[in-house]
Amino acid sequence: MSAQPLSAAAEKSTEEDPLPSPRPPAGTRAGAAAGNSRFRRAVRENLAAYLFLAAGVLCFALFSWYPIVRGVLLGFQQVTFAEPARWVGLDNFRRLFDDPLFLTAWQNTGYFTLLALVLGFAAPFATAVVLNELRHGRPYLRMTVYLPVMLPPIVTMLLWRQFYDPGPGLFNTVLETLRLPAQQWLESENLAMVSLVLVSTWANMGTTTLIYLAALGGIPGELYEAAELDGASIRQRLWHVTIPQMRFILMITLLLQVIGTMQVFVEPFVLTGGGPDDATVTVLLLLYRYAFVYNDFGLASAMSTLLFVVLGLFSVVYLRLTRSKG
Amino acid sequence: MPGISRRQVLGSATAAALALALTACGGSGSSPSGVDKDGVVTISVNGMPAKTQAVDRANFLEDVKVFEKSHPKIRIDAREGQMDPKTFAAKLAGGQLEDVYYVYFTDPAGLIQRRQAADISKYVGEVPFFEDIDPALMKVFKDAGGRTYGLPTGNYSLGLLYNRALFTKAGLDPAKPPVTWEEVRTAAKKISALGDGTVGYADYSKNNQGGWHLTSWIYSMGGDVATRQDGRWKAAFDSEAGHKALQALHDMRWTDKSMGTRQLLEIADVQKMMGSGKLGMYMAGPDNIPTIVKQFEREYAEYGLAALPGTATLGGGDGFMFNPKASPEKIKAGLQWVQWKYLRSPEREAVDSKRAKAAGVPIGLPQPRLLAGEAQAEIDKIHDQYANTPVENYQPFIERNAQVETKVEPPNAQQLYTILDGVMQSVLTKKDADIDALLAEAAKKADVVLASVK
Repeated sequence: MSAQPLSAAAEKSTEEDPLPSPRPPAGTRAGAAAGNSRFRRAVRENLAAYLFLAAGVLCFALFSWYPIVRGVLLGFQQVTFAEPARWVGLDNFRRLFDDPLFLTAWQNTGYFTLLALVLGFAAPFATAVVLNELRHGRPYLRMTVYLPVMLPPIVTMLLWRQFYDPGPGLFNTVLETLRLPAQQWLESENLAMVSLVLVSTWANMGTTTLIYLAALGGIPGELYEAAELDGASIRQRLWHVTIPQMRFILMITLLLQVIGTMQVFVEPFVLTGGGPDDATVTVLLLLYRYAFVYNDFGLASAMSTLLFVVLGLFSVVYLRLTRSKG
Repeated sequence: MPGISRRQVLGSATAAALALALTACGGSGSSPSGVDKDGVVTISVNGMPAKTQAVDRANFLEDVKVFEKSHPKIRIDAREGQMDPKTFAAKLAGGQLEDVYYVYFTDPAGLIQRRQAADISKYVGEVPFFEDIDPALMKVFKDAGGRTYGLPTGNYSLGLLYNRALFTKAGLDPAKPPVTWEEVRTAAKKISALGDGTVGYADYSKNNQGGWHLTSWIYSMGGDVATRQDGRWKAAFDSEAGHKALQALHDMRWTDKSMGTRQLLEIADVQKMMGSGKLGMYMAGPDNIPTIVKQFEREYAEYGLAALPGTATLGGGDGFMFNPKASPEKIKAGLQWVQWKYLRSPEREAVDSKRAKAAGVPIGLPQPRLLAGEAQAEIDKIHDQYANTPVENYQPFIERNAQVETKVEPPNAQQLYTILDGVMQSVLTKKDADIDALLAEAAKKADVVLASVK
């Protein structure tokens, strides 16, 4: 494919100046003048584009970048909003480390992420592969899988709270029908986190499944045909064709999954409030308490800065690993 | 061809829109004191009921009109909502916080410490009935130096709310509710024995509400949650009272099985259980009754209220504080509004009670009681005259509550409640919970939180 001119300006410049003079040396008056006039011409000719760009940049700066920078700064300040913020250095971070729940929150978040990877990463992939193999009813099932995503999170949580009810809840009714012992889904320290992961997986797997389905649709059919001709079984086709072809999309969803699950909040907030006995206190739930229960925005910002750094580090390490393997 | 190109039009439009958006971010044109050229001061106040509470809202707006008529130099800019910790700081930072804002008793200490409320000591002397306000309630709005930052407008103390029909059904006398925890336990057992998902007694254990109620449990057992020793606050719940409170909960939950199977409950869950007629008793203030009646379309006659068993109970309430950036003119006007609307003279109380009775708003609940002495006695008489709730159902509360000491919330209450939530959860969700170990561990955590209290 031949290279295309990048802009109207580039196109025009080649038309008007078929033999461009050598570029004047930088720093000379002539060079500066030529540079200035080229810059002015480029600005003039693309004014509307720059204005549109400026609007976007301004919105990002105002609503995304500024809050991030301000958030990091708040982590080093004592903030009341009634008076000017006071710099306290690393005090907020020291107080964080003194909080007995700090470590618990990180451990719980790590545990949730791990469980969510085991369940939440495999489930949509398996569902997508099964859906892709179906001959009939695929659109209907695809919509069914996506349906939970369309429910408002609070509705999902309340629905699942009914399912988990240790008395007449759906799950315990099913267990009792099967003559199995009823469980304390949300009230047991061992089961509470698993129960939250189940809700989260159910509620979010629709989007990932659709991404996988799209990726599966992009795998050339000839590869499967060749594999079938070679006598490959379903498992072998999955292992040698599907997974290698989807490696990139799997890596991206894994990264997004880790970043998403480490920010788990709604599930423990609505279903367990962090209990029983702090077994489901997550980083974001603790951060919420700092900010909106204790009104300590310095502490909350320090916590969010730490989370930001951890996720940032993870992303960098992960991207480097995948690049070197790629 | 000369003229304006489409690109230029679009560009100019974008620039104009941006410029407009940016200029729109500018401040309003009112003067900092809030007083206009005619000497009229406008104050923003919250606490206006939502549109869904049509009667309450109409009464509120009517009050605003009447107040403005009798106070021609004050205009009220009424806003919905109350003090919400989720938006409070953002409103304060963005200059959107009302001049007069609603708070719960848990908030003033922190707001005063963070200087997020105005010192109104200079102005309160002029407030009618100020001297009559119950000193225990005023204490909530004062700092260690005795400066005043707000006024109370409501109060409660936790008692025992019960379903009279379930009492009768279980063979208990609804006119004689339990007065000891042992009797509560016995009654809970009988009520849960009715079956069909009926729960004898329920309690909270989530979102800091477990800690809040456990504090009241410990008070009732004669203990404390935090005490001051040599000028420093220390956790005090790792005590005999703390042990007895948790043991009672543990026994009802696991031995008697009278607390149902579902735990990690909060106020809305328990009110729903009570509203659906499936709950016998729970710890609550009188203000819970109208909430349940309204929300679940029940009758006042269905509910009774008893004082909390034991020697003490937890008290709380609400009030109004002032924006730290409010001008003296606004503070003075705001004080007049709060006094006129909430700390009413007996004359105003009579007008309000008559109107409330006609609109079906409950009159005759045993609390709030904001004033002390003669003023309150007069108001009580007016309430008796217009009562539209079955006051005899609250007699067990009124008779014994005077003997039960009302204690305020501990310092850094929310942080302590978070810690105590965990204790409450363990006892209600683990049959083999080690109460002593739980208390000792929680006390260690609480000492860290209390170390920062000045």
